[in-house]
Amino acid sequence: MSTAIAVTLDLKGLSCPMPIVKTAKAVKGLAPGDVIEALATDPGSVPDFVAWCRATGNQLLEHDEHDGVYRFVIRKTG
Amino acid sequence: MPARVVVLGGGVGGTLAANLLSKELGRDAHVTVVDPIGMHVYQPGFLYVALGQANGRWLARDERTLLRRDVELAVERAERIDATEGTVQLARGGSLPFDYLVIATGARLVYDTVPGLREGSYEFYSLEGAQRLREALRGFRGGRILVGIAGIPYKCPPAPVEFVFMVEEYLRKRGLRDRSQITLLSPLNRAFTIESASKLIQPIMEERGIGLSTFFNVEAVDPSAGVVESLEGEKAEYDLLVLVPPHRGQSLIDASGLGDSSGWLPTDRATLQAGDHERIFALGDATDLPISKSGSTAHFEAPVVASRIASLVRGTAPKANYGGRVMCFLETGKGRATALRFDYEHPPTPPQPSRAWHLAKWLFNRLYWETVPQGRIPERINERSEP
Repeated sequence: MSTAIAVTLDLKGLSCPMPIVKTAKAVKGLAPGDVIEALATDPGSVPDFVAWCRATGNQLLEHDEHDGVYRFVIRKTG
Repeated sequence: MPARVVVLGGGVGGTLAANLLSKELGRDAHVTVVDPIGMHVYQPGFLYVALGQANGRWLARDERTLLRRDVELAVERAERIDATEGTVQLARGGSLPFDYLVIATGARLVYDTVPGLREGSYEFYSLEGAQRLREALRGFRGGRILVGIAGIPYKCPPAPVEFVFMVEEYLRKRGLRDRSQITLLSPLNRAFTIESASKLIQPIMEERGIGLSTFFNVEAVDPSAGVVESLEGEKAEYDLLVLVPPHRGQSLIDASGLGDSSGWLPTDRATLQAGDHERIFALGDATDLPISKSGSTAHFEAPVVASRIASLVRGTAPKANYGGRVMCFLETGKGRATALRFDYEHPPTPPQPSRAWHLAKWLFNRLYWETVPQGRIPERINERSEP
């Protein structure tokens, strides 16, 4: 399965719950297996993305933080 | 010659900014408020109309009566802003030149982005919507009530939570509570975006038997089946659906080429300057700032805008900055409320719901007309009031 990123979402500067809602919308438009990268600056997005992936069954492949930017790489399942 | 200041929008922010500017600058400025209807609407009251606790008349006043005598009111629809020329084109023809412009045009509700929304759901974000919902609730005989939001950002973030608490009480008083289920649909895994507020709210929801459906981002409504669908692929059946419609900036902003893709104005978070236009400011719901869209935000922003424009008119360096301050009441039912006070740097630490905060909200609703538009609530009290 490819891990090439199909879409990058720039969610920097947005506050909760915008990053999750925009990601949910973007993931909806992807095909199963597609990978999306989301960049956010809201520290609260970390627990939100972890919980959202767990609840929806989408796979959080990796997440990290560089200079205040939180990066999430998510694979759409099912 | 006095500086020409044009304020677009006669809501909380526009009215207060105009009054403060006129008070501060006197004859050094000629302030004109342009508003398409010339009526000032107190939107927090819609919630009470929907629940049959207030009538529509209490919620609107002639904007003229709220403005200082020397502020001009033009009941006109502004069609386009020419930022370079420094003019506002009016829909009826003609244009209004300005030296300084305050854009306080608010948000509008858009229904068409969510299929089935208009036919399948009720809302309390407009007077007509609140009156329709009131009738629907009067005719309600029990069943499933779902409450949620159909788009973000939206005005007054605590309103859906307040609504579930208040409708729970309403149904109890009417003897329908046993035959009804109330569920809040949340885009996150908690009842409210702000974590500290969720921690306070969720136990009360549980205690009152109000359900919470998490990560439910509304995608579509099927009115014939009575089903609402989420982006996450879930479906929920309802008998009465209450959804906050998606919001957008005004078409005037789009037509002027000043807004982002949703019609919000890119605004400096501290100076409230719109884009890179030194003489144009934005406040309230019209901005793209990542803070609550609410009257309270506009209320705290207006003095900053007024002070900065006054400094520019006088040729001194503007000093006032907006720190992101917002203050929201949150009704929790049973005659109690809490309050969320926060800014860019400090998340809120809401107090336990009490009668005192409920009374404070009640009092604020009643005193609004005589205090807020005129700038009669002292800064000090705004900042640290404990009822």
